[in-house]
Amino acid sequence: MTTVGKPEVNEKKTVDLNVPMETTTGPALDTFAMEAVDLNAYYGKFRAVRDVNLSFRDRQITALIGPSGCGKTTLLRTLNRMNDLVQGARAEGEVRFHGQNIFDASVDPVELRKRVGMVFQKPNPFPKTIYQNVAWGARINGMKQDLDALVEHSLRQAALWDEVKDKLDESGYSLSGGQQQRLCIARAIAVKPEIILMDEPTSALDPVATLRIEELIQDLKVNYTIIIVTHNMQQAARASDHTVFLNMDSDRAGYVVEAGTTGTLFTRPARQETEDYITGRFG
Amino acid sequence: MTPPGPEASGGASDLLQTSAQMRRRQRRGLVARLALLGALMVAVAALVTLIVTILNSSFGLVAVENERSPGELVASRGYPEGTALGDLTKEDLVALLEAGISTNLGRRFEREQRFFGDRMVFEDLYVLNDLCMAGDPPPPACYLPARSHSQVEALVVERVVEPTIVGTWSFFSSVFNRDDVEAYAAEKYPGAELEFRSWLSWDFVVNPQSPEPAIAGIRTALLGSLWVVLITLAFSFPIGVGAAIYLEEYARENRLTAILQTNINNLAGVPSIIYGMLGLAIFVRTLEAITSGSFLGTGGEATANGRTIVSAGLTLGLLILPIIIINAQEAIRAVPGSLRQAGMALGSTRWQTVRSHVLPNALPGILTGTILAVARALGETAPLVVVGASTFITTDPSGPFSKFTVLPIQIYQWTSRPQDEFRNIAAAAILVLLVLLLTLNTAAVILRNKYSRRTA
Repeated sequence: MTTVGKPEVNEKKTVDLNVPMETTTGPALDTFAMEAVDLNAYYGKFRAVRDVNLSFRDRQITALIGPSGCGKTTLLRTLNRMNDLVQGARAEGEVRFHGQNIFDASVDPVELRKRVGMVFQKPNPFPKTIYQNVAWGARINGMKQDLDALVEHSLRQAALWDEVKDKLDESGYSLSGGQQQRLCIARAIAVKPEIILMDEPTSALDPVATLRIEELIQDLKVNYTIIIVTHNMQQAARASDHTVFLNMDSDRAGYVVEAGTTGTLFTRPARQETEDYITGRFG
Repeated sequence: MTPPGPEASGGASDLLQTSAQMRRRQRRGLVARLALLGALMVAVAALVTLIVTILNSSFGLVAVENERSPGELVASRGYPEGTALGDLTKEDLVALLEAGISTNLGRRFEREQRFFGDRMVFEDLYVLNDLCMAGDPPPPACYLPARSHSQVEALVVERVVEPTIVGTWSFFSSVFNRDDVEAYAAEKYPGAELEFRSWLSWDFVVNPQSPEPAIAGIRTALLGSLWVVLITLAFSFPIGVGAAIYLEEYARENRLTAILQTNINNLAGVPSIIYGMLGLAIFVRTLEAITSGSFLGTGGEATANGRTIVSAGLTLGLLILPIIIINAQEAIRAVPGSLRQAGMALGSTRWQTVRSHVLPNALPGILTGTILAVARALGETAPLVVVGASTFITTDPSGPFSKFTVLPIQIYQWTSRPQDEFRNIAAAAILVLLVLLLTLNTAAVILRNKYSRRTA
């Protein structure tokens, strides 16, 4: 999917974002779960992300790589409007999700975030029990029936069930860092999102825990579209289907240099900049 | 000028020969250290002096002159020598009263509370029954149970023995100069007995205010303080915490919130007497119809305009409101942002995240700040003088629309009395106030420690 430049506008029928989807059976493969069109992100007057045009394939893993400060995280957080919470942050352009621009006034960011979940850089479980950590999101979203089954299902999907099934009433903080991060993934899954955004989810973990998370991400792509920011190029090469390389221009605004399948981008990059970066000549 | 390198300084032995410059630096360091130690010593000395002065006045020898000696009274009822008044039967004690006080006074006591459930001593039963039927209001004796043994004994001591304290000595002279004190007392008060008295006692805590220092207590002031603090808390806690949540979680950072924030910070430093003036203008005068309780039909003449517990509580509530807001803001700010992000990323509304994650984690900090603010309110005097706390009141507050006094004002009033004994009970009242404040501060510290252990 080399979609540098403006992608052709998909003729998708508009789905009302405010109607929650009942199942995770989304569009068929090879369609786009989300598209950014001429997306610019600002903090006050500072432009952090410049003219991004990207399509994220449904139920595939897309990695965002690039040097520190190039706007990877800003781009990611713009996709579910988490950046709205940052004072002075705003976005221009469009991000299409089910054919609707998520910046439209009619879109409720709370509903958007329910369907585009997020896992953060540092594991951040709630200071509550493991069970409550997973169940809380579902509960506030109005799911009442059979929370026990949902918790078990989510923990199983996050490959954590066997380790915690006997201590669901213990604090989420009692787990190791890697387990905490998988708990956070289980928590994100429990609200049944379509897309999961991951912001350097393994940067605070040791190599063994990192590997487990990467395996987990591979398993999750059956059901979820995953967009992952990483500063670890081996991780992008190992664990993603598509890779987007971002760099920063002289105004420190991030822009997309190149996007493509991971295999192509790492073996035959089209741009010299990309090759310099992935071969470690800078960054 | 470049400092000499290791080669230039010429070997390891130089380590032992300190240069003039080094000695100067060391000397300066020593001076600074001594100055800091001096500051600490002054502070500690001031604190120790305060405590010692208070303790010195709270305990000590007193010279007591009895109108009639207890031994003589006991003997008059045919008990052997050395029997204490308390060992007499209730019948004997009442008989002593009968012999010792006028019938009129006895009747008054009996209308207040009967001596025996089955018979009358001073009053005529028919008269009392008539009063119970027709009196408006009926005398308390109609519904109170009969006086207990210890109540009768206290009455005998107060009215028949009639001890008066004619001289008091401080704790230190009582302990270290006892001989001098005894010689002086024997010469000056020949009929008096010397006894050691702790001005701070349980009786002192539970007795109502009285013009007689020997039997005066702080119950009235203590209840007044508790009532006022209750109103203060009920007013300022929800409003303060609510404002703090809005400022921290909802308000955008702009010029308006910056101005608000600055003003809140400044309000925390406004002298408390100003709040007193504000309370006088708003609560006592403008809102008199509400604060006097007349809108409920309660109150009446006894409430004396708007100078009630409600006015005092609301005034102190205004006073500690900025403190509570600032403390609550700090507690809320201390909740890691990652928790908010985690909550919001799950598709929760702002309020759901605040209620489920921010508030539970900020609560210990909020409570700690609130306790400290309440401690401040408990010790405030100036604004309540302005708002109109009664300086002399012997009836307990009966509700939020009562007249009142509070501990610090009681202390202030006692210290301005000419008799020595009032200074002693003022010291004892200060001890009670200090214990209250220390208890609150300890609670705050315990809460804080418990909280920091839990998150660690």
